[in-house]
Amino acid sequence: MRQKNIYIYAILIIAVLLIIVLASALYTIDETQQVVITQFGKPVGEPKKEAGLYIKMPFIQDANYFEKRLLEWDGNPTEISAKDKKFILVDTYARWRIEDPLKFFKSVVSENGAQTRLDNIIDAATRNMITSNILIEVVRNNNREMSVAEAELALSTEEVIDSIKVGREKLSKNIFNAAIEKVREYGIELSDVRIKRINYIEEVREKVFERMIAERLRIAEKYRSEGAGKKAEIEGEMEKELQKITSEAYRTAEEIKGKADAEAIKIYAAAYERDPEFYSFLKTLESFRTGIDEKTWLILSTDSDYLKYLKDINAK
Amino acid sequence: MQQYRRGSFNVGGEEIRLPSINKSHVIIGVIGLAILILFVTSFYTIKTDEVGVIKRFGAYKRTTAPGLHLKLPFGIESLTKIKGSQYIFREEFGYSTTKPGVRTEIRRDRSHLAESLMLTGDLNIATVEWVVQYRIKNPRDYLFNVRNITKTLRDVSESVTRQIVGNHSVDEVIILSRREIAQMIEQRMQEILDAYQTGIDIETVELQDVNPPDPVKPSFNEVNEARQEMEKMINQAWEAYNKVIPKAKGEAEKTIRQAEGYELNRINRAQGDAEKFISVYETYRQSKDVTKRRLYLEAMSEILPKIEKKYIIDKEQQGLLKLLQLQETGGK
Repeated sequence: MRQKNIYIYAILIIAVLLIIVLASALYTIDETQQVVITQFGKPVGEPKKEAGLYIKMPFIQDANYFEKRLLEWDGNPTEISAKDKKFILVDTYARWRIEDPLKFFKSVVSENGAQTRLDNIIDAATRNMITSNILIEVVRNNNREMSVAEAELALSTEEVIDSIKVGREKLSKNIFNAAIEKVREYGIELSDVRIKRINYIEEVREKVFERMIAERLRIAEKYRSEGAGKKAEIEGEMEKELQKITSEAYRTAEEIKGKADAEAIKIYAAAYERDPEFYSFLKTLESFRTGIDEKTWLILSTDSDYLKYLKDINAK
Repeated sequence: MQQYRRGSFNVGGEEIRLPSINKSHVIIGVIGLAILILFVTSFYTIKTDEVGVIKRFGAYKRTTAPGLHLKLPFGIESLTKIKGSQYIFREEFGYSTTKPGVRTEIRRDRSHLAESLMLTGDLNIATVEWVVQYRIKNPRDYLFNVRNITKTLRDVSESVTRQIVGNHSVDEVIILSRREIAQMIEQRMQEILDAYQTGIDIETVELQDVNPPDPVKPSFNEVNEARQEMEKMINQAWEAYNKVIPKAKGEAEKTIRQAEGYELNRINRAQGDAEKFISVYETYRQSKDVTKRRLYLEAMSEILPKIEKKYIIDKEQQGLLKLLQLQETGGK
């Protein structure tokens, strides 16, 4: 009975020891991690980059875990003067990964150390790139023609006319290229650097607002005068149209009347031509009828045709 | 000192007796517990809008669809649940929705302003608010390639939006090309996120409120007012035009019609007169002398009764005429 117990205890102790040893010897690497094995603090072997279950020497070797994923770097907004002496706040971001954990481990030790290095290197590269380019190069990307609501008022600032030689995309690329070599010695692979924000500093911003206001007011004024101009134009057009309509109507009417008169004359002439003498006789009689009334004095001579029988019955 | 039997202890002076432990019971208990743990760590369910990612000793093994599944127990295989490709994530820029619903409440503070304030290509300033909606298209990439993926998405989105807004004029950003700008942002963001292997698929990028900055707003409104004023003036002018011109056209038509009336009248009368003359003439021609005399005498006998003052003067006494004129004045 007592003997048996000792065996059980021995097995238990061995089992516990085995578990402790195994726990120290076995280690897993996650998909997001990579590992550098150190022996008494000194790195041994190649870094392990594949995820899975691994074995190391228990107790004397340590597994140092590092991130394998793409990591963030976010710069602080820095006040930089562009080549044309315009002060702007520039905020960049970068993405990087630990490419060589061994180098990384030896040079910067931890992510914090890496962030400091990145701060220095990317900030310097950004500053260099921006101070050697004018503002519009940083803002715009290419010479794409921009349309505006008021075409003729578009080019209010001279900078806009300047053609873009570099542009933001390329500028970011240049910052990236300047930094990538410098961080490589820390085992860091820089995968991207981009300008996240660019803004005017406070004082400049106020001035820009003022300029924008002035520009808008000018556009408003232009609309108003354009409205007045257009109105006058329409009124003029109306006056012209009016004269045209009236005069054309007059002309047509007079033409019609003239033709009618001519036609009438022709008709009369054709008829009266047959005997002009008889026509005058008839017309005279008719005018007697209409032209003579009770107020008329008629003085007739006895030798008139009408009275000729008054004196002489045989008058001829 | 009180003696206690094995398997019992004292609580507040009262002896509590536990059931005596049988070794086989312990073994059964341990095995039962082991089976329970085996079950708990082997079975797992994935909800409809999720997918499960299984890792074995930290290494990616498989992705599982919704439903009940088995995995190796005791932490050999571990499960991570993430939203499936149908689920739409939403990131807001320049504002944040504090209470979604029928009346959505939103909030804007200084940090939001820093996000939305941006330079346009004509070196003006606009505040741009936008929303990015995205899905996880590749769970493996999404989980294992990028740390802090939301921050990455936000950084990319801010950078791309500023770059594209920076290449457009303030008018284009505010009014003219909103849709194109959103599309360009979407496209460029996708390119960059693919390059980072984020496993994210951008669903939409929508520009929300795009405004001139607050201090400038009134002057933008003034432009709108001026534009409306202009349109009003033009409309008024056209209104007057449309009132006057058709009327004038009507009047012109009237004048012409009147002239045509005159024409008809004139010609008809002329023809009437001519016809009349011709028929009279035709009769006259047959007995010229008699007809002429008759016409003359008829006319005279018609006229003479109308005249009140008639004077008959012999042809030898023409001098009398002067006398008459002296006596009466104003007569005809």
